[in-house]
Amino acid sequence: MSEEKPSFEEAFQELEKTVQRLEEGDLTLQESMALFERGMELVRYCGQLLDEAEIRVKALLPSEHGYQLTDLPEE
Amino acid sequence: MDLDRELEPAVLTVSEVTRYIKDLLESDLLLRDLWIRGEVSNFSRSTAGHIYFTLKDEEASIRCVLWRYVAEEQAHLPADGQAFILHGRVSVYEIQGAYQFYVDLVQPAGVGTLYLQFLALKDRLEREGLFATERKRPIPPFPRAIGVVTSPKAAAWRDILHILERRYPLVEVILAPALVQGPEAPRAIAEAIKALNRETDVDLIIVARGGGSLEELWAFNEELVARAIYDSRVPVISGVGHEIDFTIADFVADLRAPTPTAAAAAAVPDAQEYKATLQRERGRLAESIERQIAGEREDLRYAQKNLLRLSPRAVLERYRLRVDDLGRQALSQVEQRIALQRERIRSCTLQLATLNPKATLERGYSITRRIESGTVVKSVAQVAKGDRIGVQVTDGQFEGTVD
Repeated sequence: MSEEKPSFEEAFQELEKTVQRLEEGDLTLQESMALFERGMELVRYCGQLLDEAEIRVKALLPSEHGYQLTDLPEE
Repeated sequence: MDLDRELEPAVLTVSEVTRYIKDLLESDLLLRDLWIRGEVSNFSRSTAGHIYFTLKDEEASIRCVLWRYVAEEQAHLPADGQAFILHGRVSVYEIQGAYQFYVDLVQPAGVGTLYLQFLALKDRLEREGLFATERKRPIPPFPRAIGVVTSPKAAAWRDILHILERRYPLVEVILAPALVQGPEAPRAIAEAIKALNRETDVDLIIVARGGGSLEELWAFNEELVARAIYDSRVPVISGVGHEIDFTIADFVADLRAPTPTAAAAAAVPDAQEYKATLQRERGRLAESIERQIAGEREDLRYAQKNLLRLSPRAVLERYRLRVDDLGRQALSQVEQRIALQRERIRSCTLQLATLNPKATLERGYSITRRIESGTVVKSVAQVAKGDRIGVQVTDGQFEGTVD
């Protein structure tokens, strides 16, 4: 995966495009293998994102100088 | 119409004065949009389906009209002798010179004023287009950040957070706390929606409150809140009260969810479903590549077969077989011929044996040849006196001279 990590949405959409492209056929074996490897990499990456994600919660609170984003204190 | 223009007294036609009265009534702010309470009498329905009746109290009455297309949308229809609260406008029916109440909402008397306010605001905002279906924006399928406008102390917030966490932990949640009940609530809710739009880059806003009475949910029926939702840059999902509660906020929202929990569920995809989808995609990838490899292998096998057929070695092999064949054929022909010759020699030998003059000589005959020419003498005419002759007998030859 490149240095800048794609979002789940981007990776998932690329995966769908990759699968579609591969299923359309019409590719050399070398091209297909490259797509296949890319697709498997995306499957792993997306799965990892889903498995390892932890929800982030913040609060938008009014202050003297307008609104401020702060971490939400645990209850 | 300008009545002061002429110096002489103006004389109007009936139509002109009727039109004037009508314009007067229709330009009056109260008469354009009002509720009237009264008892229904003289109910009748025309063949075209329009409904006509009189609304009255102890001291007065007013003619009322309910057009068919309006009547078809009503949950309640007027009935003689019963009290109703009707919404509509007052105008003039010119042919009869009568003012009439043109009804657009029918409510049985006894509903509270809050509810009437609700209906009137709903009606007004609807006509203004705030609820228009074509204006509803799609909910982004994979929101990165979601703003939540609700009270942080309420169960609704915990429910929403729990659902978001379980379904789609990739999301960032930004709570914009707001009072959701009481006189300050409408402004607080509207401000929170505006602040989320202005201060953050959320892709979606959930506006939510748990169940309660009509009064407790009232903030979500305020125009201020409706306009803040309508003006939101990002789509808004409403989740107010229980399933049966519909608020103005629900009508304006891009998506109405029946409860706060349902709003959270509608806001994000389900990671579990995506995990299953990922497995399916993996299967499709593998299947696709395997199919292609199998195809390539088949092509390769075919090419190999062709190649072998055309290779010089195969050609040589064929020639070699051919040469072998020819060699075998040649050999067998030679052998046949030799056998034939051998047979012929044997028969000649036999023949020769029978023709051999030696046997004749042995029987006592002799062969006479002229010596100088070697010719066999078969006739006396062949020799002359003095010729040298040789006579062959079985065991040798002797010579003599012809006398």
